[in-house]
Amino acid sequence: MSQIPVLIPTVLLLAALISLLAGLVNRRAGYATALIGVVLTLGLSLTGLVHIWMGGEPIRYALGNWLPPIGIEFVFDALAAYMVAIIMFVGTLVFIYAPRSLALEAPGKEGLAWPAMVLVLAGLTGMCLTGDLFNLYVFLEIAALAAYALLAIGGGAGAVATFRYLLIGAVGGGFYLIGVAFLYFSAGTLNMAEMAMLLPELSQSRAVQAAGVFMVAGLAIKMALFPFHFWLPDVYTHAPSAVAGLIAPVMTKVSAYAIIRLFLDVFPPGFFTEGIPLLAALGWVSAVGILYGSILAIGQQDYRRMLAYSSVGQLGYIGLGVAMANPLGMIGALLHVLNHAFMKGLLFLVGGVVRLRTGRTRIPDFQGVGRKMPWTMGAFTIGALAMVGIPPTAGFFSKWYLLLGAADAQAWTWFAVIIASSLLSAIYFFRMLEMVWRNPETDAAAQEMAPVPEGQTPVSMIGPVAILAVAVMVAGIMNVAIVSALLDRVVAPMAGG
Amino acid sequence: MTVDFVLGRYPYFLIAILIGIGLYGMTIKRNLLKKVIGMTIFQTAIYLLYIQGATKAGATIPVRSAELGTDAAFYINPLPQVIVLTAIVVGVAITGVALSLLLVAYRRYGTLDEDLLLERMKESV
Amino acid sequence: MPDFIQSWAPLLAILVSALGAVAIVATGEKRRNLRETWTIIAAVAKFGLVLSMLPSVLAGNYPEVKLMQLSPGIELALRVDPAGILFALSASFLWILTSFYAFGYMRGTNEKKQTRFFAMLAVCLSATIGICFSANLLTFVLFYEILSVATYPLVIHAGSEKAYRIGRQYLVYAITAGIALVAGIALVAVAQGAGSAEGLAAGALDFTGGGFLSPDLSMGMLWTIFICFFIGFGVKAGVMPLHSWLPNAMIAPTPVSALLHAVAVVKAGVFGFVRLVGYTFGPDLTGAMGAAAMLAAFAGVTILLASAIAMTKDDLKARLAYSTVGHLSYIVLGVALLAPHAILGAAFHMVTHAAMKITLFFCAGAIYVHTHKKKVSQLDGIGRQMPLTLFAFGVGAVGLAGVPLVGGFVSKWYLAQGAIDAGSVVFLVFLLLSGLLNAAYLLPIVVRAFFRSSPEHTRFDEASPLMVVPIVVTMLLAILLGVWPDGIFRFFTLSEMIVESVTGTAITALGGS
Repeated sequence: MSQIPVLIPTVLLLAALISLLAGLVNRRAGYATALIGVVLTLGLSLTGLVHIWMGGEPIRYALGNWLPPIGIEFVFDALAAYMVAIIMFVGTLVFIYAPRSLALEAPGKEGLAWPAMVLVLAGLTGMCLTGDLFNLYVFLEIAALAAYALLAIGGGAGAVATFRYLLIGAVGGGFYLIGVAFLYFSAGTLNMAEMAMLLPELSQSRAVQAAGVFMVAGLAIKMALFPFHFWLPDVYTHAPSAVAGLIAPVMTKVSAYAIIRLFLDVFPPGFFTEGIPLLAALGWVSAVGILYGSILAIGQQDYRRMLAYSSVGQLGYIGLGVAMANPLGMIGALLHVLNHAFMKGLLFLVGGVVRLRTGRTRIPDFQGVGRKMPWTMGAFTIGALAMVGIPPTAGFFSKWYLLLGAADAQAWTWFAVIIASSLLSAIYFFRMLEMVWRNPETDAAAQEMAPVPEGQTPVSMIGPVAILAVAVMVAGIMNVAIVSALLDRVVAPMAGG
Repeated sequence: MTVDFVLGRYPYFLIAILIGIGLYGMTIKRNLLKKVIGMTIFQTAIYLLYIQGATKAGATIPVRSAELGTDAAFYINPLPQVIVLTAIVVGVAITGVALSLLLVAYRRYGTLDEDLLLERMKESV
Repeated sequence: MPDFIQSWAPLLAILVSALGAVAIVATGEKRRNLRETWTIIAAVAKFGLVLSMLPSVLAGNYPEVKLMQLSPGIELALRVDPAGILFALSASFLWILTSFYAFGYMRGTNEKKQTRFFAMLAVCLSATIGICFSANLLTFVLFYEILSVATYPLVIHAGSEKAYRIGRQYLVYAITAGIALVAGIALVAVAQGAGSAEGLAAGALDFTGGGFLSPDLSMGMLWTIFICFFIGFGVKAGVMPLHSWLPNAMIAPTPVSALLHAVAVVKAGVFGFVRLVGYTFGPDLTGAMGAAAMLAAFAGVTILLASAIAMTKDDLKARLAYSTVGHLSYIVLGVALLAPHAILGAAFHMVTHAAMKITLFFCAGAIYVHTHKKKVSQLDGIGRQMPLTLFAFGVGAVGLAGVPLVGGFVSKWYLAQGAIDAGSVVFLVFLLLSGLLNAAYLLPIVVRAFFRSSPEHTRFDEASPLMVVPIVVTMLLAILLGVWPDGIFRFFTLSEMIVESVTGTAITALGGS
């Protein structure tokens, strides 16, 4: 139990290595070893989650028995448990889904994809678990590097799109690193817990304030917050569905996690609101991003590109919730991390199934797909309704908390932005729903869309889709349990201060 | 006063200029390879920031020597050096991935000029 | 004070038709007799469950069930109070009749996608009963949104380009209304202390007779909340200028128009106003802040304009739709007048209008299925061919106009009395004027049907008994409500109980029946 914090990324790193070697010998062995690693880690993270859920104390682990500030500390607390569980849950499902999808969309390259996917998971879980600011950067780049490799797997256009992502990612990472430098030279430690104790005295220091600005700006860039989102639509469009289904739900969220962690557990309360109005800036940028993403999503003809722009908007929700600087808004942001991971994961995976069965990716070509594959499209319907925010899906409740948070903060413009964007997302998702469920226009299309046994879709693909669809509902209905068992503890520093 | 302020911190200003050059290269240059060069300059400037922050007048490398004893004042803080080492490794990996992406792009489209590339991408869709 | 008793009946009443929907989908088109059986079983079971709670509600023991927390401090709670069971009884009873009618209609016109149709209808009824029994605002909006979405497939049922266009319009209205409502409720929740360190107190958003909102809130906040709710409920209740989706939604098959767009969905909006004025703001606060006057003004204008527009419509269903728009506003007006008698009339009108309007829609559908006539101008002499149908239509028309011995008279009587009590002679004039207009746009149809002749309709040839029997039953219901208002399901007593819980004044209009 006490090793859980460090075991999670370590098992994944090892699995990546072994999978790479095993893949050289036998392609299936490469997948099998990677899968074993992922499932093992899922088990670990769920064990830890149960421990925390039951009210257990955070688990701390000093790497190599070197205590901070010299050594690196791994911390498995409520926030980390929450994030890691989300990452591993979605990650495992995508992993099960991926073989058939990649065989179609990136044939012959699976051998490298498995270790890379495991590395992404290792990097992301590492980011959430580490208690060290610089170590966080290292994991950030591990995840990013593996993600670049995965996203470029589709070839030509994907490589160019990924290159742009890499450049912007390097700037984001660099800014974060600059911020860490300022903090380190001011406080003399890299450990988050110690930093939190030292910073209240230093919060007037220019260097510390600059550090805050650089770190949050860098992470916001990594998070693809408007206006640093421009790489995202291209990347998601050219990536294989399984890869997009892994990157879109969790990757950007973990950068958001890092901002939340800095805000809650590193910098003193009020630092980002009183000393420097960074949160207000974050909020306004997010608000513009929400509207921008939602409006552009309406005009898209490609399904994946539409989802990408919708992601730009949805990431804004998370930024907005953080910026409200009250417990309700923060809970909304955190819940939206979970909800959006499930919803977007579901929608991208559905896109992959449709591509497998019909070869279609353009929205106008989706007409009548519902006849051909009613169950898959039933899952899509749940995902779409959740994105619009229809109760009792998960999407409704994150929106609900965000509205409460905005009202509590008396941020009426943001309140209006959330309402407006709900309407906008209703436009593009109901347009899809109408398209999917209406009858094919021509007889030839009707022939092609004739209902066939759903058994033609591999269980490895339809299974994860179904599980995510159920998860979207359960996460909505169970939201109070999640909030009271985990998130209330996460936002406790705000409620107290 | 102002002069002293600048002179006392001149390494930081140089680093800031380097960062600026790097960002300029990454954003303005049309050739993708030059963007990579800009990125490398940007990263190097950050390494220098750490090194500069850790300098201590009259101190030496943090390897314990018999003459200087255990007084920390005579040694440079080793942690920033370690950080920079790690960061260099990360940076090299990023550069490597960036170059291999460019290789893929070049083989596919036969150019690294951004405008030309985007044009050819549109044609091939 | 009423007592609350723990009971699973409200939950079962909601779930039974959702389960029915699952069974309907599982059975499918190939075994349609079995599928229709599921609909009937669900409808009868639902009505039985609702009815079984009536005695205890009348005795002052409100069945209640708390399931889980929806949001910290806000529970998914169901509570059956007089207002809820009044609406639930009328909706679930009429669902049984509509089901039979729909079998005849759907088979008569050979509609496609019948499985989806019956399944979604069952889901809509689940949501409607959920709205009736919601104990607090968040539970209410949960079912309200489900109802909005579940109605959409029924609106686009025809599958034509026009149907999709109308479906889009419907969604724009419904989703806007939904999010406005959610926003309003969020504001209420924060006003009740959701953002404070202690969080919401238990039951802080529960509907309470006489309202629970604090009058200490700032005027701006009160009005913002009220307007959010006004948009949220006004769309479904068809209050002008938020009504225009409703006449268009008549493109749906007639059973949908009859049950959802005359009873369940639109009444959910009206019921929302009852919950808003009576149980959230409370009559005192609504009056003091001036919102009641605004609401009454909107409703009054809607009553007159809708009646006037109805006159110009040649399409029978469109005429009925505008008539619905007008009559919904009768109820809204009654609520907005705040006087005990007006509220009594409003509550009772929810039932009587349901009975009368569903009769008219049933008739329109029967005429369409049997003769493919949609327009008023084509109905010359049709009374010879379908006398029962047209007689029922006549009863409904007379009732809506407010002629005694039909239910409409009773509710209008109390509405008028309420208008006098409230000192609003203007609205009294509006009510009387609109009664005349009602007669002017509905009675000529009957006159045309019976007193003009046409070579087409010479011999007796009624529609299928599956359709005619429900028509006759609803017609009898409308008459019964007029001659013996408390005879059926104690609707009148329930209305009196609503008045008492909202205003605190007990009125025994029928001499303590």
